[in-house]
Amino acid sequence: MNLMSFDEALPVIFMALMGIAMLVYVVSDGYDLGVGMLMHRATPEEKDVMVASIGPFWDANETWLVLGIGILLVAFPKAHGLVLGELYLPATLMLLGLILRGVAFDFRVKARDSHKPTWDRLFFGGSMIASVAQGWMLGRYVSGFGEGWNYPLFAAAIAVALPMAYVLLGAAWLVMKTEGALQERAVHWAKIAWAPMVGGLVLISMATPWISATVRQRWFVLPEIIALLAIPLMTGVALLAVRALLNSRLVCGVVSWLPFVLLIMVFVLGFLGLAYSLYPFVVIDRLTIWQAASSPAALKVILFGVCISVPAIAAYTVFSYRVFRGKAGELTYA
Amino acid sequence: MMDALILARMQFAANITFHILFPTISIGMGWVLLFFRWRYLVNDEAQAKRGWLNAYRFWTKVFALSFALGVVSGITMSFQFGTNWPGFMEKVGNIAGPLLGYEVLTAFFLEAGFLGVMLFGHGKVSERVHLIATFCVAFGTTLSAFWILALNSWMQTPQGYEVINGEYHVTSWLAVIFNPSFPYRFTHMLLASALTCAFLLAGLSAWQVLKGTARLSAPKVLRVGLTMAALAIPLQIVVGDAHGLNTLEHQPQKIAAMEGVWDTERGAPLLLFAIPDEKARTNHAEVRIPKLASLILTHDAAGEIKGLNEFRDAHPPVLPLFFAFRTMVGVGMLMLATSWLGWWLYRRSGWRAGRLPTWLLWGLSAMTFSGWVATVAGWYVTEIGRQPFIVYGLIRTSEVTSKVPAPMIALTLALYVTMYLSLIVAYIGVLKYMAEKPEQLLQADAADQAAMPGGAIAAAGSAS
Repeated sequence: MNLMSFDEALPVIFMALMGIAMLVYVVSDGYDLGVGMLMHRATPEEKDVMVASIGPFWDANETWLVLGIGILLVAFPKAHGLVLGELYLPATLMLLGLILRGVAFDFRVKARDSHKPTWDRLFFGGSMIASVAQGWMLGRYVSGFGEGWNYPLFAAAIAVALPMAYVLLGAAWLVMKTEGALQERAVHWAKIAWAPMVGGLVLISMATPWISATVRQRWFVLPEIIALLAIPLMTGVALLAVRALLNSRLVCGVVSWLPFVLLIMVFVLGFLGLAYSLYPFVVIDRLTIWQAASSPAALKVILFGVCISVPAIAAYTVFSYRVFRGKAGELTYA
Repeated sequence: MMDALILARMQFAANITFHILFPTISIGMGWVLLFFRWRYLVNDEAQAKRGWLNAYRFWTKVFALSFALGVVSGITMSFQFGTNWPGFMEKVGNIAGPLLGYEVLTAFFLEAGFLGVMLFGHGKVSERVHLIATFCVAFGTTLSAFWILALNSWMQTPQGYEVINGEYHVTSWLAVIFNPSFPYRFTHMLLASALTCAFLLAGLSAWQVLKGTARLSAPKVLRVGLTMAALAIPLQIVVGDAHGLNTLEHQPQKIAAMEGVWDTERGAPLLLFAIPDEKARTNHAEVRIPKLASLILTHDAAGEIKGLNEFRDAHPPVLPLFFAFRTMVGVGMLMLATSWLGWWLYRRSGWRAGRLPTWLLWGLSAMTFSGWVATVAGWYVTEIGRQPFIVYGLIRTSEVTSKVPAPMIALTLALYVTMYLSLIVAYIGVLKYMAEKPEQLLQADAADQAAMPGGAIAAAGSAS
């Protein structure tokens, strides 16, 4: 195999960047959206703590979506039109959901008290609409926008499973960031969400190769399948560990952060599996990353900016999580 | 039956109109907050110090709300480039891509990342780190405007490119970014943002003075707002004039439509009012001042202005441009009168807000959102004025439109418009409520701060 020239490698670099941006988006906005979908189960005081726990982060979390879609737009303009044209309606619904969620966030603390429950409901509704739409879009995207009865069914399954995964992630976030009664309720919520999420994940893992011949050929050949087994095995172990933690008393103590970290690991593994299935397509079986990419000259200009800004973004993301570390709801200064 | 192109344009226009309202506030407001923050730090007198701090905290809330609306509507924009104009990125992606990319990378993240520290970090990080975070947010919003306006201006006055197989490639980035209309449009927009903020500051503070709330901060903010407006408006008139001359040079049909000039003429009159009729290609009910249009646009009473009839099939729709332009200029003149009169009266009262005449306070309150009207009208002039092209003179909008069926676009358009109108009502309602109950707001703010995860005050402070 010949080594790629730098110009040929540029689309691969941008695909990786886009993938990472989308992964960070799914994990970081995933827990926000999950917390949003748990809102209706909480008391008014708990709602305030829940919102406070995600307050400093959600703006920045959401911009990862802009970065991901932005890279799709600027580095793979031909795919941007194709993908978003196919996903026109769900993308619109997702955007409306994200708008509702985002503004409800800011309005609820500023509006008069009698309006607060309305904004809380919109916060819940917006989070739910956005998550379901994202699941549907993911399902349609992974299956290459296929036609036929089985494709929409597949997308519908993911449209249920992804919000469940977000809820689990959101509950794990709350376990990490809160304490007392709310923390115990978050453990309970996480337990409820665990089974549907695991079920959804298993279903999708089995359905994807069934629905796409390309994916089937990628996974079910020797000797690759042996090496690849690591991905489902590690995922399984991580999910079982989450369950075990949720059942033990330890989770409300020193290891309250562990379920959240394990779930991030599950998302990363799922992402790796997906990336392996799709590469080198940007739209499976239809458009490779080289066919969709901008000219190398344009990509180099963008890469220059990426090299400066992405380390800065990473640095202050770490900084911001450091500043706001610790439990939400505790009085930290007089 | 409306075709998909018109619907796609309407949908994009609805989104971009809604979006621009909020960056227009946040670009200027970032710097205003930095100013409040600085006044708070350098002031020694306890009463004044508290006034500036209250002003900072109150207006940070306004900023946060505006910023959030800007972020969520900005996300919509990044999708709609592809859904509404897929051909645009396919053709000019090599030029528009990096500019948009830089906007997202350098600016969006700078804002959103430091915004968390700026909004929630006061008391959790050192004063210096917080001041730097505030600066980064202000700088980020301005940088954001820089890249977007570079792209928009390139679409108006393209240069620095070559065409290979129907795709546009860059030959000189400096020529692309600093294209002929960019310096004018960028300055015009920054001043528009300053004016929008100035009238928002003055308007809400005047309302607070009328209602007797925020006694420590409102008189200070009113003075800042009026001073800002009084300084920015003459500058804006000069820059606007220069921008007009630049447009005449590069996009004469836009000027012809703005002025309602059908046939090329020397010594063209300024039309104060008219109803342009595109079918008959003439104006009805003209109210004119002889030779003034030529004098303003060419700085020569006998100067020539090219008429629309020289650009058949390649000129923008006349009616919307004609009225949008008059709206913008009209609001600008009103701003000039109000800000100068207001500033003078306030100064004469010895900067004591309680002595200001009630009619002035009411007038300023009524003009709280006048900046929005002028800004949106101005953008309509420049954007509708570029039609029927998406990249002026090179690519027609009809060439790049998507294949999404018209009913689908109509449905999503209706959804967006409903949501946007409700959000504007909610935004204005909440601002009014906040202005009337600032004490509750600041108390709730303190409670919020307490609930925020923290415990890193000392750590982050000592690390910096």
